[in-house]
Amino acid sequence: MTALLDVINLQKIYPVGGGGKARGQLHAVDDVSFSIAPGETVGLVGESGCGKSTLVRLLARLHDPTAGAIHFGDTDLAGMKARGFARRPERAAIQMVFQDAGESINPRYTAFEAIAAPLRRLRGLRGTALQQRVEELADATGIPRALLGRFPHQLSGGQKARVGIARAIAVEPRLLILDEPTAALDVSVQVVILKLLMDLRQRLGLSYLFVSHDINVVRLICDRVIVMYLGKIVEQGPTAEVLGRPAHPYTRALLSAVPELTLEPPGPRPRLGGEPRSPINPDPKVCRFFGRCPDGRPACADSMPRLSPVGPGHLAACHFA
Amino acid sequence: MSELLRVENLSVAFRTRGGIVRALETVSFSIARGETVALVGESGSGKSVTAYAAMGILDPAGQVTGGRIVFDGIDLTEASEREIEDLRGREMSMIFQNPRAALNPIRRIGTQIADVLLRHGNIRRADAPAEAVRLLAQVGIPDPARRSRAYPFELSGGMCQRVMIAIALACAPSLLIADEPTTGLDVTTQAVAMDLVRDLARERQMATLLITHDLALASEYCDRVVVMHAGHVVESGPVAELLAAPRHPYTARLLAATPRPGIALGDLAAIPGELPDLRRAAAGVCRFAGRCDRRRDDCAGSLPPIPPGPLHDAACWNPL
Repeated sequence: MTALLDVINLQKIYPVGGGGKARGQLHAVDDVSFSIAPGETVGLVGESGCGKSTLVRLLARLHDPTAGAIHFGDTDLAGMKARGFARRPERAAIQMVFQDAGESINPRYTAFEAIAAPLRRLRGLRGTALQQRVEELADATGIPRALLGRFPHQLSGGQKARVGIARAIAVEPRLLILDEPTAALDVSVQVVILKLLMDLRQRLGLSYLFVSHDINVVRLICDRVIVMYLGKIVEQGPTAEVLGRPAHPYTRALLSAVPELTLEPPGPRPRLGGEPRSPINPDPKVCRFFGRCPDGRPACADSMPRLSPVGPGHLAACHFA
Repeated sequence: MSELLRVENLSVAFRTRGGIVRALETVSFSIARGETVALVGESGSGKSVTAYAAMGILDPAGQVTGGRIVFDGIDLTEASEREIEDLRGREMSMIFQNPRAALNPIRRIGTQIADVLLRHGNIRRADAPAEAVRLLAQVGIPDPARRSRAYPFELSGGMCQRVMIAIALACAPSLLIADEPTTGLDVTTQAVAMDLVRDLARERQMATLLITHDLALASEYCDRVVVMHAGHVVESGPVAELLAAPRHPYTARLLAATPRPGIALGDLAAIPGELPDLRRAAAGVCRFAGRCDRRRDDCAGSLPPIPPGPLHDAACWNPL
C-alpha cells in the first residue's frame, strides 16, 4: 500500500538566545521519518517538550521545516512556504482538530459560522449550498440542527468537540491531525467522541494522526504508535507490539507511569526521575535519553542509537533493545 | 483509626443570575488520620466545591445552607474566620490544579515557602530561608539552594507542582486536600508527584483527600473512594471493593466508560443523558434517576442517605 503521508528526515531547528546572532540551536524535531497509510490511525505520544506539537505544526504546514521532506500523495509539502499555504488546494487535504474545542472556536461565531468558515474560504460555498453542506456535516457529527445557532459558551463540552470535528472534515480532508481531541472531556463523553471519530474514519476513508497523552486511549483506537523523546522518534510500531512489548527504556518508563484500574495494590514500579536533557545544541553523538535512562551505559554517550527493527514493523532507537 | 474530618449532610448553594444552584446536597463522608480518600466524579459533580467548603474558601456567591464540617472535633461551619484561618495552612492545606497559576508569579519560590512558615509555623525569621531550602530538597528538587531563588516561570510544570507540595506540607498539616493535582502534567511527572505525596503522607500519618476524575489514579493511590454525581455522594467504600463490585448504577456506568487495557472501544459505553439542571432539581431526590436504566417508581422518593464512615454504601433504591 502506498503511503498517504511519508515524512522523511524531517527537522526543525529554532535559533535561540542572543539578539541578532543566535547562540544556540534548539532541536525541536530532529531527523524524524514515518509514514501513514490511507485509512490508518497513527498515535503520537511523548511528554511535553518532546516535539509533538512542533511536528504537528510542520505537517499542518503552519511552520516551515529546516530540512527534510513531507510527501503527501504525489506532492512534497515541505517545499511550500507555510505563509501562503492557506491558499493552496493542499490546505483542505490536511485538517486539524484542536485540543480544547472551547478555546479553538471563535467565541463570536455560532456553531454554524464555525463550520461554514472553511467552506466559504476553501470551497467558495454560499447561500443554500452552504446551508445544506453545514447541515449535512451537523448530521454526520451528531449535532442537532437546532443547536447550530448557538455560540460556543452555550454548548456542552461534547457538542463543542463535535463542532471542532465537523469544521475539520468540512472540506473533505484525507488526513486529520487530532491534537488530544478528548483531553478536556469527561470519560463518558470521551467514549462518544472516540466512537464518532472511528465511525467517520471508516465512512469518509480518513487517516488520523492522533496526538495524545493518554496511553489508554491510544490503545483503543490506534493501529500504530510513534513514541517521541526530545525531538526524536525513539520507538514506533504496531500498537499491540509497542505497548505490549516496549523495546525502548523510555517507552517502558512511560507505560509504567500510566495509572491502572487495579483491584490489587500495585507492586513497585520503576519511575523516571530527573528532567530531560536540554534540547539546545544537543551532542549529536549522545543518546537523548542518556542520563535519565535506567539502563544507560557508556556506549550510549559514544554514539547516537538509530531506529532499527526489533520485530515486524517495530523499530526502536536503543543500543540494547 | 481515629476520625479526622467528618463532613455531615453538607449542602451548598450558589446564587446565580439564573437562580439558586444547589451545588451540594447532604454530602457526607469522613477521613481518618493517615487515610487517603479519593473524591471521584465528572465535571460538575461538586468535588471541588466540597473541598472549597471544607477549606472555608468558597466563592462569596456560595453558601453552606446545611450540615456540618467537623475537623478534629471543631465544627468549621460554626468556627470564627480567625479560628479557620489558624487551621488553614497549619492543620489542613490544599494543592491546586495548575500549579503555575497557584503560585505568585513575581515572588521567588523560596520566599513563598517562607511566607507560609512565618505565618503559620513556629520559626524565627532568620531561619525561614534555610527551612524553605530543606523543604525543597524534601520534595526532590535538585539543587534546592539555587532553585529557591527562582521564579515560577523558570521552573517546569512538574517542578512547580513540587513547590506547591512543599508549601502545602511546610507546616506538617494533618490533612492535605489535593484538587486534581496532576491535571496538565505528563504521566511520568504525575507518577513522581503522586508517589511523593503518598510517601510523605505515610511518613507523617497525614490524611489525604484526592480529588480526581481519574478512577485509575484513585485506584492506585487511595484506600477509599467517594463517588459524586450532580452534587450528591452516590457511593462510597474501600477502593478494591467498590471497583470490583460497584453498587450504584452511576459508578458502574463510570467504570464501563473508562478505557483500560484489554477493553476494546466497542466494549465501552457512554453514560446516557446529561447532568440535570441543578437549579431545577427537586430537593432530596436521586439526581441520576433521569439517566438511569434501573429506575423504579420509588426512585422519585427521598434519597437513601449514606452515613459518613468506612463502609461500602450506595445511595440507591435499586442498587446492583
